[in-house]
Amino acid sequence: MRDLLSVDDLDRAEIEDLLDLGDDFVEVLGRDVPKVPALRGKTIGLMFYEPSTRTRLSFDRAAKALSADVLTFTPGGSSVSKGESLKDTALTLQAMGPHLMVVRHKATGAPWRIRDWTGLPVVNAGDGAHQHPTQALLDLLTLRRHFGQVDGLRVAIVGDIRHSRVARSLAGSLQTMGASVTVVAPSTLLPIDTQSWGVASAAGIDEILGEVDVVYLLRIQTERGGGDVFPSVAEYVSRFGLTRDRADRLPDGAVVMHPGPMNRGVEIDPQVADGPRALVTHQVSNGIAVRMAVLFRLLTSEVPE
Amino acid sequence: MRHLITGGSVLTGSGIEDLDVELIDGFVTRLETGIEPDGHQVIDASGSWVGPGFFDLHTHLREPGQEWKEDIASGMAAAIAGGFTAVVAMPNTDPVIDAGHLARQIARFAPIRVIPSGAISLGQQGSHLAHLDDLWAAGVRLFTDDGYTVADAGLLRRAMEYIAQLGGVVAQHAEDPGLCRNGHMHEGTVSSRLGITGLPSAGEEVIIARDLKLVELTGCRYHVQHASTAGTVELIRSAKRAGLPVTAEVTPHHLMLDHRQVESMDPVYKMYPPLRSPDDVDALRAGLVDGTIDAVGTDHAPHAAFEKDVTFEEAPRGVVGLETAASIVRAAVDLDQATFFERMAIAPAKVLGERSEPLAIGSSDVVVFDPEADWVFDRPRSKSANSPWLGQVLKGTVKQVFTRSGLVSAAEEGES
Repeated sequence: MRDLLSVDDLDRAEIEDLLDLGDDFVEVLGRDVPKVPALRGKTIGLMFYEPSTRTRLSFDRAAKALSADVLTFTPGGSSVSKGESLKDTALTLQAMGPHLMVVRHKATGAPWRIRDWTGLPVVNAGDGAHQHPTQALLDLLTLRRHFGQVDGLRVAIVGDIRHSRVARSLAGSLQTMGASVTVVAPSTLLPIDTQSWGVASAAGIDEILGEVDVVYLLRIQTERGGGDVFPSVAEYVSRFGLTRDRADRLPDGAVVMHPGPMNRGVEIDPQVADGPRALVTHQVSNGIAVRMAVLFRLLTSEVPE
Repeated sequence: MRHLITGGSVLTGSGIEDLDVELIDGFVTRLETGIEPDGHQVIDASGSWVGPGFFDLHTHLREPGQEWKEDIASGMAAAIAGGFTAVVAMPNTDPVIDAGHLARQIARFAPIRVIPSGAISLGQQGSHLAHLDDLWAAGVRLFTDDGYTVADAGLLRRAMEYIAQLGGVVAQHAEDPGLCRNGHMHEGTVSSRLGITGLPSAGEEVIIARDLKLVELTGCRYHVQHASTAGTVELIRSAKRAGLPVTAEVTPHHLMLDHRQVESMDPVYKMYPPLRSPDDVDALRAGLVDGTIDAVGTDHAPHAAFEKDVTFEEAPRGVVGLETAASIVRAAVDLDQATFFERMAIAPAKVLGERSEPLAIGSSDVVVFDPEADWVFDRPRSKSANSPWLGQVLKGTVKQVFTRSGLVSAAEEGES
């Protein structure tokens, strides 16, 4: 493994390996001194062209827990506002000597372009509505740690599927790991070609409540054009919101997940978000461990020590 | 200067004949067998097709205003390399060609012809008619807001009524703004997987279906630019069956490539209309064979390397096409020599209302094209190199091009 650009590039064994490593790093993060020297002397470039809190902080934390140095680039107040191209910015950051780049960008394919321009290993931290592989891995780690295995789980992804890189990353990798996936959304937020995703679909959250192990909720991405595709928020909630009443109808043991940021009162009821079924904070903490696993795999297999 | 083209397969009014062609100062003076060289520069055209020079209905020369991409001189050089002896320059320059004095600045008569087209609406803004009489007087025969669609049916109707009376043709870039907003590629399985907003086939077809009703209403000659979907081919086919004065063009890239190329996310594959599905490609090929689609139009759209060296969604739309058109059409569709020249040379000129014929005594504009010879597209004459075929070996080589200026190009020695 040289890059992590799309989760679809990983087979089941590679995912299992990263999750095993993720388990190890969960243990490391629980120690009194939650830090190992594995990547001492390495520098990791974080290029975040889109607003991001949890993913950027999570990569930063993961790199530092492995004793790597971090070069952070965000466009606000940078040369981007002076008209610098993505390529020139990437080459500039490269000249500062990072061993790997973590890239988030609003355009599909940006991490591939940066890999081609710089020749550096690249981790995709989210490109457009396309891929977000470490999000999928942290969700798989969270599910595996909670249920013991992912194989056989019934997962419903509810919300703005069409504009979601999380949905695209999860739909493929969950199936790779043996889970079954149903996407639930107004037809205007379903993928253009749901069949080609290999998933089932449902036209309302009530249809799936009784027969799921995992309800995975997504935010409506108004910034990607997701806001003009249903009549009103109230109508969206009436058919797709995970209300308390609906959460009560979930099977025993079913869990609720959300990649954040949440819009409480829209896709998820505030009390459900804080309730016993919610794994949201586990997702965040497992995110650090799984990103440690990815950075470790990419940088220790790349340069033998 | 006297030239003698020997041994070629020549397209004349009587069909394909093995004839020698004598040209004096670029004009055909004899079409006979066994012409003895007598001070001629002799061109051995054995195995080659000889016919009228190619005619491109759809070229972006970028002058005035975007000369870092292309200018008229470099565009003419690219056209000659591709065997074209006339190109129709699209009006979406800066400023837009919406008045006669601007069109006159574009027009060229040597070494090949550059024929300006004119905008339908002022500034291509889609709200007021351009200076149509003025453009007509400057020699404009084809009117288009290419790059944009004339979305307002009322405006298009008035333009059609006006241009029909002049005798011109209205050409449409069909892309419904509501259906295609924010789109970057064909809407289908690949766009769905990549998370890139698509341009649905219906975005093209609803405009053409609407426009065909306006053709019925106005009687104006109407030309579909860069047809890209199977549905469009079907609309044109039934319109022609109904006797409407409709013509259509297809680009070489839409005949050869489909949306699976975009899986690479390489901006070289970004163009509008987008690369469609394999079924669409099949329908376009069939349409070109049976004549539903009259002509090849390159939609030669130069962009500088730095402009394409960005992400797919941020990249400008378009590919260059003049230099590779004949090779790509030859590779994509199995056309016999007569049909090949019909689609590349004769029919496109007729769309403009020109008299256009196979070779005869007195013809100028002759191309020698070897359909089997390989060449490498490694030195574009265009200022821009945004081509999927850059660096590739292509079959079908333009050997010589003659115009009223004489022999204007010859494949160089050692460049085979």
